Amino acid sequence: MSSDGVSTSRVAAPAGTVPHESDAAAPLVRLQHAGVRFGAVQALRDINLALHRGDRLVLVGANGSGKTTLLRLLHGLVPHEGRRDVQRSAQGREPVSAMLFQRPFLLSLSVRFNVLLGLWLHRVPRAQRGQRCARALQRVGLDALAARPARALSGGQQQRLALARAWALQPDILLLDEPTANLDPGAKREVERLIDALAADGVTVVMSTHNLGQAKRLATRVAFLDAGRLVVDLPVDRFFTDALPAEAARFLKGELPWSR
Amino acid sequence: MNSIADSLALAWQLITTADAALWRIVGLSLRVSATACAIGALAGLCLGAWLAVARFRGHRAAVWAVNSLLALPSVVVGLVVYLLLSRSGPLGSWGILFTPNAMVIAQSILVVPLIAALSRRLVLDGLRDGGDQLRSLGASPLQSALLMLVHERFGVLTVGLTAFGRAVSEVGAVMIVGGNIDGFTRVMTTAIALETSKGDLPLALALGVVLLGVVGLINGVIMAMQSRTSLEREVYV
Repeated sequence: MSSDGVSTSRVAAPAGTVPHESDAAAPLVRLQHAGVRFGAVQALRDINLALHRGDRLVLVGANGSGKTTLLRLLHGLVPHEGRRDVQRSAQGREPVSAMLFQRPFLLSLSVRFNVLLGLWLHRVPRAQRGQRCARALQRVGLDALAARPARALSGGQQQRLALARAWALQPDILLLDEPTANLDPGAKREVERLIDALAADGVTVVMSTHNLGQAKRLATRVAFLDAGRLVVDLPVDRFFTDALPAEAARFLKGELPWSR
Repeated sequence: MNSIADSLALAWQLITTADAALWRIVGLSLRVSATACAIGALAGLCLGAWLAVARFRGHRAAVWAVNSLLALPSVVVGLVVYLLLSRSGPLGSWGILFTPNAMVIAQSILVVPLIAALSRRLVLDGLRDGGDQLRSLGASPLQSALLMLVHERFGVLTVGLTAFGRAVSEVGAVMIVGGNIDGFTRVMTTAIALETSKGDLPLALALGVVLLGVVGLINGVIMAMQSRTSLEREVYV
């Protein structure tokens, strides 16, 4: 059991059971026997997962294993089977989630307007938008480029802008879908540093990646998915040292094919 | 009858000497078609955005209808508007048949399906790339669709130009509901048809040249804006 009360050693529960959890803190999001189907394709099946405040959960697995779909499910972007429960505050407010996609989608507007747009869509009062936008751009080092067209930025800058747009919403949960894929090493380090800083501020982070080194650097928990199933979910140190289920062990050794 | 070269020379003279009759016709044409496109764009863009994201019983039939109406013959539009606006029609009390207003209504109806069908496609293509991102930011489906129109504004401009080209070059609807009245409802296309039948090729050619010039000018502006955006990208990256 970890100090934050989350069950920290958890092989995915068999159907009909719920993973053991501490009562210390209610999870921000809890999935119970959740599944996602796209037509004839079962993208996720029988997922049991609890996401607690402050978690840094990294999802690993081959292409097509369901990582992106799980992120979208946690965000509530896809219809699902089973249960998805979201913790509400005393005022009835759901946790604010923000998601970054592998290829950040930026509107053909200026850098500044892209951030302001996110705030407007989130119904942030007009009086707060300018200040929050400026702070977010400053945080990712893009304040000097605020007037430039967002689509004219380099790949790394675009990903930083997407991070700024997400951070400006003051999210409780930040969902990142392979945020450093396609970036050069310098941009990758810069984005990793920002993610680390946001997580250090108390934002709960869930991130998918193929980069196991990145998982070691950023995660407190690592979950492995295979063919739409959550095979194992362990604290980061134990994920890389414990005996793992066969599929996860083969993935770590690089023996699994790239896609399933 | 003049030879083609003589006709072209006379046409050029009409243009360069700012012939009053010529420019009155050109002015009315541009005014009618621009107004029709503005009204058609308002309705067509909203309809296209809505059809891209709305889901209701009969949605497929509605999309089929809009796409089919892309090939709507202008004379049919003219006939329908004529029946509506004629003295015995349901809108006969408006008393606008054979006026520029009737021509605006007819051309608006003509371009709405074109703008709706093309803008729906633009929105769908945009949503394929960024729909999830906008939803994750809290946008409703209709907000996402409308934002895609902003995002794809050069595409929207091209749609507008296409609609303007359709409106300014059609002859059937404006002939039926406008009546081609000299000095009042005569526009470039109806004048070209009339002057050609009368054998007055210089005026017809002059109007044709102006028509091509207008469309070419608008297209040039859009191309310049697009290349400026590309240049900005190259400069900044």
